[in-house]
Amino acid sequence: MMDFQVVVLAGGTAKKLAPLVSKEVPKALLPVANRPVLSYVLELLESSNLKDLIVVVEGEDAALRVGGWISGAYVDRLHVEVAAVPEDVGTAGALRAVAHHLTANDVLIVSGDLVSDVPPGAVAATHRRHGAVVTTLLCYAPVSGPSDTGSSAGKDKVKKSRYNIVGLDPTRQLLLHIAAGAEVEKDIRVQKNILRAVGQLEIRADLMDAHMYAFKRTVLQDVLDQKDTFHSIRQDVLPYLVRTQLRSEISANGLHKVEDNANGRVSSQNYVTWMSQHREIAPSAYQELLALSPRSPENALRTHKCCAYIASKSKYCARLNSIQAFSDINRDVVGEASHLSGYSFSSQNNIIHPSAELGSKTTVGPQCMLAEGSQMGDKCSVKRSIIGRHCRIGSNVKIVNSVVMNHVTIEDGCLVQGSVICSNVHLQERVVLKDCQEFGVCSSCCRSHL
Amino acid sequence: MDLRRAPRTVIDPKVRQVGFVTPGAAPPPARSHSVATDACSTSPPAPDLSLPGSSISPVMIPPPRHASADGLSSLTRPAAAVHVPASPLRHDTVQIPIGSYNPSEILLGSSPMISPSSRLDAGSEFSDEVPTSAWLSRRGSGKFASSFPASSGEMMAMKTTGGGGGGNTPKSSLTTASVVKTLPGVSEKDGGALIEMQNEGTSKPQKQKTSKAERRAIQEAQRAAKAAAKEAGGVKPSASSGGAIPALKQGKVVKHSPQKKDGPQVTAPVTTSEKKVVDRLPEKDRKKDVPHPRMQFDDKHRVEKAKRRAVVNQSEARNRVELFRHLPQYIHGTQLPDLESKFFQLDPMHPSVCKVGLQYLSGDISGGNARCIAMLLAFKEAIGDYTTPPEKALVRDLTAKISSYVSFLIECRPLSISMGNAIRFLKNRIAKLPHTLSESEAKSSLQSDIDRFINEKIVIADKVIVRHAVTKIRDGDVLLTYGSSSVVEMIFLYAHELGKHFRVVVVDSRPNLEGQALLRRLVAKGLNCTYTHINAISYIMHEVTRVFLGASSVLSNGTVYSRVGTACVAMAAHAFQVPVLICCEAYKFHERVQLDSICSNELGDPDVISMVPGRKYLNHLDNWADNENLQLLNLTYDATPSDYVSMIITDYGMLPPTSVPVIVREYRREHLWI
Repeated sequence: MMDFQVVVLAGGTAKKLAPLVSKEVPKALLPVANRPVLSYVLELLESSNLKDLIVVVEGEDAALRVGGWISGAYVDRLHVEVAAVPEDVGTAGALRAVAHHLTANDVLIVSGDLVSDVPPGAVAATHRRHGAVVTTLLCYAPVSGPSDTGSSAGKDKVKKSRYNIVGLDPTRQLLLHIAAGAEVEKDIRVQKNILRAVGQLEIRADLMDAHMYAFKRTVLQDVLDQKDTFHSIRQDVLPYLVRTQLRSEISANGLHKVEDNANGRVSSQNYVTWMSQHREIAPSAYQELLALSPRSPENALRTHKCCAYIASKSKYCARLNSIQAFSDINRDVVGEASHLSGYSFSSQNNIIHPSAELGSKTTVGPQCMLAEGSQMGDKCSVKRSIIGRHCRIGSNVKIVNSVVMNHVTIEDGCLVQGSVICSNVHLQERVVLKDCQEFGVCSSCCRSHL
Repeated sequence: MDLRRAPRTVIDPKVRQVGFVTPGAAPPPARSHSVATDACSTSPPAPDLSLPGSSISPVMIPPPRHASADGLSSLTRPAAAVHVPASPLRHDTVQIPIGSYNPSEILLGSSPMISPSSRLDAGSEFSDEVPTSAWLSRRGSGKFASSFPASSGEMMAMKTTGGGGGGNTPKSSLTTASVVKTLPGVSEKDGGALIEMQNEGTSKPQKQKTSKAERRAIQEAQRAAKAAAKEAGGVKPSASSGGAIPALKQGKVVKHSPQKKDGPQVTAPVTTSEKKVVDRLPEKDRKKDVPHPRMQFDDKHRVEKAKRRAVVNQSEARNRVELFRHLPQYIHGTQLPDLESKFFQLDPMHPSVCKVGLQYLSGDISGGNARCIAMLLAFKEAIGDYTTPPEKALVRDLTAKISSYVSFLIECRPLSISMGNAIRFLKNRIAKLPHTLSESEAKSSLQSDIDRFINEKIVIADKVIVRHAVTKIRDGDVLLTYGSSSVVEMIFLYAHELGKHFRVVVVDSRPNLEGQALLRRLVAKGLNCTYTHINAISYIMHEVTRVFLGASSVLSNGTVYSRVGTACVAMAAHAFQVPVLICCEAYKFHERVQLDSICSNELGDPDVISMVPGRKYLNHLDNWADNENLQLLNLTYDATPSDYVSMIITDYGMLPPTSVPVIVREYRREHLWI
């Protein structure tokens, strides 16, 4: 399969999503439009003909649950191997744990919480084409927060942490600088030698690291072995590789390794030596390496390339890493990015399961989803919301811009707006919930006016 | 003979004066002066002949029309051109030349026994690195081959041994959650592609069973159905014929399963599953469908056919220039994203071939030599990973495989002539493999053949060319080059290393501006350079004393096929009576004859000539495609007539353009042989 191996980092019970995610529902199984979020990644990979996957889950329990779900849903379709790693090892730690399973030339690492339609092949192809050490997917972050209601309370904060400061070369293919959004407050330090080598550096702040990486396997393993303090791929490994691309210890080490380590990299290394042998013959092939280090070919061998693939604006790409993102993604999957959901929409642009029961004068607007076995009383109105399985909703209930999970009971006269209601919650009569993002910590609730 | 022609140099600038050089002994500078006398020089070259024991004898080569005036038939003209230097004096030096063009051998039509030996000399001169590199690469690929197929098995084995190992985090073991496709035809939500694949797999043998007559009958029926549909005046002929054909077919061939019938008929958007179907056609059919390298793209029928089996989704550009409709032209910028998104679906392609294809498509690799080397190395890797499927012969199956790779590369970018020659060489080597060889032996023999080709035909050839060409550079020269030719760059750098004092004029042109990269490298090495665009050629040509140009190919009528603009530069140089030296490796020669740059060319992205980088306000041609009256033409190559070429420097020596057919004829066999 083009000599790529795929690792899906499905996470565990993330603290950030605390009320939504619990022991019973690990992050990977969090429902987005009534489907576990992990299924979006798996189906994206499947559509790209990637059928041999390694899914890494934090925690034994979570791994069992995720594994059970995958084997139920994807039997005969995917060849998935689930690995459990201890909690809080971070993404780098998780990779360390499965590193000995990796044998292919390159490794594609995808976060399990990615909801996107960017073809992974594009990242892989860019990676291959440049012979890069790492290629990352950058995308334009989707609009955050509900667009019509004026809730911009946490918006700025969210935005900052989502975006990255990215430095690109003029062709927008080489990744020259990357910093997480949280570091924006500080000054940006750009290395002089990189600037000198590339001539021009474009710094952008409107791109988000989508956490889909293609790594050269040997380099990844070297970095993970040598730097055992590295905790996260996004915050440690990637910036490290980008920082050291002109004075690469890694590829130099890799060179020595190649001699005694019989692996697939020999061939590509061979190519480089061929090319450098008659560098003068093939200047165009070598142009970019020369651009990076115009001094000498030995120097060119001591550099490695970090590339970026920038998804076009028409592609949808979001990560479920906050509660705000959770409600955004839910909204988008039945809304503007509806092709991702895999459901067929009715002519009213909504999905109502045939087994759902609607009372008289109840309206379900566009961009809504009503899953199987849900009952609604009379004179209800549902707008831009997702209602899970087997919910019982009384009369005169208004649900706007919300996500209601499974087995929720909402009694008469409630108003739910811009909220997320977890499974098994019981809302009594005339509860008003507005912009309450994590309702349902206690599984039953009485009247409350927020 | 020389004396008889000597006066002509004075009156007719068309007469070129070319020296055959045997660089075995480094020629003294005085000699090099005399060799490259300008065409306009008034002094007859007679004094040169009197040099005692000189290895150089300048030759007067008449241009074609004078030759015919002399009563020589056009066929013998090259021979006659060669005839001139065959003086007894030359015969003494026959053994000395290193890989240089040796006229006496060719004239005598003697056995090629001598020429390989002289070529071997060339090889041994650089032998210090030849064996080592070949050895290294072979070892590398061998390792690769051994490690690659085992990878999946290894993983399975590791699964059981998980949990152990060092490191500060415990290694985890994998548990298989689901197993892939054990049952055929299990229908899941997105299982469509998979199922169709399996259907194809089961129905394939049936397809092969149909005899020729049957297939013919089907074809006839299809044609009839199509005609009927057209006559019926269906608004959507594809739909109606699609309906008609299966019905007809059912009558004729009962064997087919219902799915199969629908499969190839689908003319609707090219889905991935359909591509699989196409790719798995029996070898014979595939061969028939492979477009000829020089397919005429105005032939709608064949284009349609080729498109159906294409891997890269290509949408043809609008507003194409009428004269160039026979050349492929696609909307640029649509191919790369499409191919990239399908990266993992290109299963039949070897990853390295895929990579090279992507690099061609994106323009990361350009230039004849670089493309050829990249392609050959990719093929080498693919051969290393190749295993013959059961019940197939390596010779046939590998040839078919290479053909499919080549057609993929053609889709990414049309082949250059040099690549065509290299492919021909490789296929010839495969065909000539002795049947006694085992698979691994055959593979390693092919791999070393590829190494040898790269080494001898490109690396060493370039070194020989550089040695030859440097003799033409004198102190105080002003050398002009156009675009960015790798060999010319090597010549300049070598001459600079030899301590010659000269100035370089780099002439460049939009849209590629390849000269800038060359300029940067030359300046970095400390050469004195001038950079200008081709608009200023007539001004700058005054100062120039020699023009060095690279070539994509040299055709057998002496036409130089090269980067567009070369003909313009050569013509300007000719008008200013500046000698034009073409540097081209002999493996790029082709026996084709071409008189213009229309019948065979490559069209680039028309958008790049309408947009000027850094000049946003020059947007008059925005949305040009909407205007039917406007067509943009971005040619990639042009043909320089041999009249404007003073000399071609190849690895066989320096020769006049009229002698190209001799090289093509005499060294053809050897080219393929090596």
